[in-house]
Formats: sequence, C-alpha cells, structure tokens
Amino acid sequence: MFSKVLIANRGEIAVRIIRTCQKLGIRTVAVYSEADADSLHVSLADEAYLIGKPRVAESYLNIEKIIEVAKTAKAEAIHPGYGLLSENPAFARRCEEEGIVFIGPKADVIAAMGSKIEARRTMEQAGVPIVPGVSFALDSADEAAKAAASIGYPVMLKASAGGGGIGMHIARDEAELRQAFEGSQKRAASFFGDGTMYIEKYIDRPRHIEIQLLADSYGNCVYLWERECSIQRRHQKVVEEAPSPFLDEETRRKMGEAAVRAARHIGYANAGTIEFLVDEQKNFYFLEMNTRLQVEHPVTEEITGIDIVEEQLRIAAGEPLRYQQEDIRRDGHAIEVRIYAEDPNTFYPSPGRITAFSAPQGEWIRHETAVQSGAAVTPFYDPMIAKLIAKGPDRQTAIERLLEALRHYRVEGIKTNIPLLEAVLSHPAFQAGDTTTDFLSKHWKPAKAK
Amino acid sequence: MTQVTATMAGSIWKLLVAVGDHVEEGQDVIILESMKMEIPIAAEASGVVKHIHVQEGDFVNEGDVLVEIE
Repeated sequence: MFSKVLIANRGEIAVRIIRTCQKLGIRTVAVYSEADADSLHVSLADEAYLIGKPRVAESYLNIEKIIEVAKTAKAEAIHPGYGLLSENPAFARRCEEEGIVFIGPKADVIAAMGSKIEARRTMEQAGVPIVPGVSFALDSADEAAKAAASIGYPVMLKASAGGGGIGMHIARDEAELRQAFEGSQKRAASFFGDGTMYIEKYIDRPRHIEIQLLADSYGNCVYLWERECSIQRRHQKVVEEAPSPFLDEETRRKMGEAAVRAARHIGYANAGTIEFLVDEQKNFYFLEMNTRLQVEHPVTEEITGIDIVEEQLRIAAGEPLRYQQEDIRRDGHAIEVRIYAEDPNTFYPSPGRITAFSAPQGEWIRHETAVQSGAAVTPFYDPMIAKLIAKGPDRQTAIERLLEALRHYRVEGIKTNIPLLEAVLSHPAFQAGDTTTDFLSKHWKPAKAK
Repeated sequence: MTQVTATMAGSIWKLLVAVGDHVEEGQDVIILESMKMEIPIAAEASGVVKHIHVQEGDFVNEGDVLVEIE
C-alpha cells in the first residue's frame, strides 16, 4: 500500500478521500488555489501546497504544477477525485511518465471512454446495448439533419467530449435540430476544447440507472449493484438512490453483467461506473462510462458496506480484488441529495458567504461536505456544497429519515436547493418510485427567472 | 441612463451587444459564467448602449456595473 497520496481535488470529495487515507494510515497531500486557502481539505491533509489562482485553469487543472508538487512531496500516487483532472488522459499519462501511480485506469482507457463516439463503438463490440444513433462525428447541421432523418425524431444532440449536460440538446424536428446544432457545437468547443457532435435517438421518459464496478489489474471485476439517478436538473443529478425502485432482479443482473463485460473488454482497472438509460419496458442502453469515483458513490457504500475509495487505493497499489460477485451484499436502501448553492426556483447559482451552517447528525445520516460556517462559496467552482445521505431498512424509511434530516439542515447567507429537495422527497410520484429524468420539469414549477 | 449590473459574482462569458446598439427592455446583453453555469443578464430598459465596462473573460462581483444604456 502507498505511504503518501496526493489528492488533486477540492471540496467534499477531497475531504472524503483524506478520510479513507487516514483510516489506512496513508499520509495525505492537499493542493489548493488561492480561493481555497481556508478550506477544510487543506487543514485536514498532512501537507498542503498552494498551486495557483482561483480559476481552475490556473490551479486545479494545472497538470505540470500538480506533478511538480507530487514530486516535491514525494507522493507515490495521485487520487484525482471526480471532475477536474479525473478523466483527463493527458494527466494520467504524465503521472505514468513520472512514475507516479494515477488512481484510475490507464490513460488510453480514459481517452477511449472520454470520446463518447468511440465509447459507443467500443460498447457495441463488447456486446453492450447502445442507444440507437450514429457512432461518427457530425460536422454540420446538414449532416446532423440527414442522420436524424434516418434515426427518427425526437433526437438528442450531444457533444462527443461532453459531460455534465453541456452541449446536449433535444430536437423534436429538423428545424429545432438545425437551430441547436451550431450553438451546441460552439459551446462544446469552448467548454471541452472539442466541438465534435453526434446524435442519438431520444428515449422518452427514461430512467438513468448506473452500475458501480470494481475491477483490478488481473481481470477480476465485480458489480456493486445499481444507483438510480433519474432526478436531474439541467441534466445534472440531484437525488440518487440504491437500489433502484424500478429494477427487477433479472434486469439488475443483466445490467450488472453487461457492465462487467464492458469493463473486461476495455481492460479496465479501478472503480468505475457504467451509466445506462432504461426505458419503460426495462430495455437498457449504454450511455457513458465514468472512469472515476462518482459523486453519488456513498449510496452504494451504504448498502454494500464497501468503502469504494479504499478499494480504489488497493487496486491502484496492485492488490487483487478482495471480493467475488457472490460476496457483494445488498442491505437496505440509501438515498443521497446534493445540496447546491443555488436558487431553487431559477436553478441559478448563489455564491456568497455562509453565515451559519449546521447539519443534523445521526446513526442513519451521512453528511459529506467541506464547507463550514463563515466559508465563502466562490463563483469559481461547482455549486454543490454538500451531500446528505440517509439509510433505512427500506425505501420509505430512508425517505422519511432524509426528509427529517433536511428539515433540520441549516444554511444561511446563501440560497440553497433544500426546498426543492424536500418537495421531491415528499412528492407522491417520488414516493411511488415513479422517477424518470423528466421528474423535475413535470412536477416542479419554478418561479420565473428575474 | 440605466445601468446593467452583475446579478452575481462570476466571469464575463459573452458580450452580446456593442456600443451604439439599440437594445430592448428584457433583451440579454451579457452572459455571465458563474459556478460552471451561464447566466444571461438582460437590459432593464430599452435604449442605446453607451458604455461597456467589461471585456469577455473579466471577473466581476455582484453589483458591478457592466453596461450603461441611455
């Protein structure tokens, strides 16, 4: 096992990773920007290094600076967390070149899954169902219109380098597709440095259900069941739970086995997630693979009792998997809500200073955050300030415990989406398990933006 | 003269108007980027753009004057 690990991230996930490192007796190295000097991850780590200005391009995305810190601090491995450099093949490659272990898959595997078009082709070869669509780049609105005509409307226009919903657009007819094409292409080019677009058939009222995998460097791979993440706003997840209230045992097994097949096919080693769209008939289609730790990994940890970060560290250190499929248990139900610094009606972010902050504690409650009373929520980073997770023997109990915890959750000085989260959890459709990706647009009527 | 101010801290993502342009009340004049999200900022009155105080990429704080309209 490693004796020292650098965490190339910030916020709650850096704090979360430090916690497991401490449990395993691994010393931790934090990196931080000028905006994060007072952050919790900086004070919790054994060592901390300032790496630049607040903007991510000048700090958390500065590959050479982070490599330099890892060498100075003599860290043997780097945990990238999620977002930032976690799915950047150039970063993984630089780590490989410098003899630093990148806690994730090989650079070429990240690259193959990072291109959504290439990932579609790869999954097809692995025998994993994909959404009907094109697996090649569309260079113009004309090409897109031609492809859409062969697939049939409505279609989903997507960026090959995309993520987080950016550059995605539903087109119900050719006029909408043509109108959206150029803007989406430009947005993808400026966000991801790659404006390659493709289209898939739009699946009506889908569920977003993903399979958590653990795979080691020796070809062993297990699935840690699924997470249902259908409640989304702006194509970003808001509420996640495990198990899914929708899946039956047979679909669950088929999805798990398809995900394992996919991971084996690409020689995957690390924790990873295969995201699927599931339609009303329980057909499932590969959506994308996340070659990193997911934001919502805690719900899986809560029902399986497995510390996913610990397994990532062990796999990266060259240990074989400690589990076979039949060892993976499933106990109770866990739900996570993401607490965002944003207006619950307009979904616009709400940066500012948190004047008061307190979260409920309890045996069934898990709270992941890096903010404290007096902390500034800056405009430079993602608006997620915390995750609150509740567990119960069954789904209804987990919902009630989470609602109770949210009622006692206090954040002052900034706006948060807590009113929205309470409304979702108490909604009859959510309680009935009727969770599709259109849930919020259907059931939540936001006040108009000012 | 009316001022268009930043509704929150962030970076100027896109300037949608130039000095001399006529804008209508409610028309988006600037797109701000904050917390990885694009936030359009609209003119509160119709008129002609007199001054633009920011450039694309600039960091602004809540309340900063971005554009003046006459």
